[in-house]
Amino acid sequence: MLRLTDISLVKEGRKILHDINLEVEKAEIRSILGVNGTGKSTLAYVIMGLSGYEPTTGRIEFQGEDITTLPISERAKRGITLAWQEPARFEGLTVSEYLEVGRRHASQTSLRPDECLEKVGLDPGKYLRRAVDVSLSGGERKRIELASVLAMGPRLAILDEPDSGIDALSIQNIVDVIRTFSRTGTAVLLITHHEDVAAVADRASTLCGGTVLKTGDPASIARFFRNHCRECTHVNVPLEQEANHG
Amino acid sequence: MADYSEEFAAIARAYEASGGDAALLFNKRFAGLVVSHHRILYRNSIPGVLIEGQETPTGARARITVSPGTVAANPVHLCFGVLPKEGLQEIVSEFEIGEGAKVNFFAHCSFPNATKVKHIMDARVHVGAHAEMAYSETHYHGEEGGVEVLPVARVVVEDGGIFKNQFKLIQGAAGDVRLDYEVELKKDAVGELDARIYGKKQDRILVKESLFLNGERARGLAKSRIVASDQCISEVVGEAVGNAPDARGHVDCVEIIKGKQARASAVPKLQVIDDRAKLTHEAAIGSVDKKQIETLMARGLSEDEAIDVVVKGMLR
Repeated sequence: MLRLTDISLVKEGRKILHDINLEVEKAEIRSILGVNGTGKSTLAYVIMGLSGYEPTTGRIEFQGEDITTLPISERAKRGITLAWQEPARFEGLTVSEYLEVGRRHASQTSLRPDECLEKVGLDPGKYLRRAVDVSLSGGERKRIELASVLAMGPRLAILDEPDSGIDALSIQNIVDVIRTFSRTGTAVLLITHHEDVAAVADRASTLCGGTVLKTGDPASIARFFRNHCRECTHVNVPLEQEANHG
Repeated sequence: MADYSEEFAAIARAYEASGGDAALLFNKRFAGLVVSHHRILYRNSIPGVLIEGQETPTGARARITVSPGTVAANPVHLCFGVLPKEGLQEIVSEFEIGEGAKVNFFAHCSFPNATKVKHIMDARVHVGAHAEMAYSETHYHGEEGGVEVLPVARVVVEDGGIFKNQFKLIQGAAGDVRLDYEVELKKDAVGELDARIYGKKQDRILVKESLFLNGERARGLAKSRIVASDQCISEVVGEAVGNAPDARGHVDCVEIIKGKQARASAVPKLQVIDDRAKLTHEAAIGSVDKKQIETLMARGLSEDEAIDVVVKGMLR
């Protein structure tokens, strides 16, 4: 469904991503593990097509179509969306209206706003009329971001650390939502640095210094991550200083 | 006797276009005042809310008195408008809100055909001790931009009183807007000023909101949300003066620029006289936040649609 071929991104003389080759199949949950600063969010932005994240080289294909140069909204209309790690706040926009925005280009798997909120563990009666602004806690805002992706019912959901800022007791709820996506045919590219959350995936990869270091089943990748990446300082090394990863 | 029925119907239509409900405007259970150009077309008092009005060569004088202790179950509806393309309307008003009273005002100002209309609103407001007054003013202008809007308010809020004002001009071309509101807050009084204006084409917007926190523990907020598009120029002056112990004031300004020729500026003026007072301000001026736009685009909206959603939310 999604294929990245030899993707690299250089920003201000720094090689942020290089030689990324990655595939995500329909309804697959694919996790990307990596410590802070390894390029996980950048990879998400490149796939979504955010301004300033056009790949320097390489090709992005989605359902057989080259989307490398397509703008964000065109990618979204083809079924790709992104849940931000730190989602934007919107003064004056209610949760209900925000979720309806996602439904403008909804697929058949799209859920109603109240259903979306229930799925992410928020009471629709309490939240639908609230504003998506600074009055929401970080955790509430992240859940609403996930609900907004559910409202859209995309073919590919890129979830950038949906578990960060969420209390430990609610992590299982996030994992359940990720499984819901997969059950309804949505592929998930799950970006996280929590091995427990990454374990929900069908396949996992570790990202290191802007490239995919290893791909495999989630358990073996989690082991590798624990043993090799947690203490690793090989992150975003500038071009001129780049050294081989040991 | 002159027949104003057509003007009555036209002003009612303009009132509805600005978001009002004409059925309520002329409902006898609601206190109300309708002034079309220089004529008072309708005036209704209810027990506890006295509306007095007098026509003048340039508009009208109005005195609105809410008796002490009155809790108005329904809002007071005010409608001011000029239907011809040209004209001057000067409304001089006094509001006396008696001690412990509670009242909401819905004011609608309609200038749907204006090419050269000047609307002056000069208000003196006295909110008695522990009284509450909320005043919401919504404007409806035509697309020509030929309106000069000069609202001036001088407000005094006695001990424990609350005054909340919202000025909204987002429909049609704003024209030349010079808003000048000053609120004096006494002990434990609360004042909130909120201006929301959408400037287009050649519009000129000047918003001056001032809070004088003169009483112990007085609290005030001067908030403005302005969108300046095309060649519009906007300037916001948010002022707060802390004159008393534990007074708190905040100036909050957001101006969004749409288009390369629009200009916006913000001037916060904070002055602490009593060293136990605390004043804060925040201002954000620029284009619509990129992350907000891209978030909405990632749900399939075009860039223009995304900007529209952000702007409409902010001005709501």
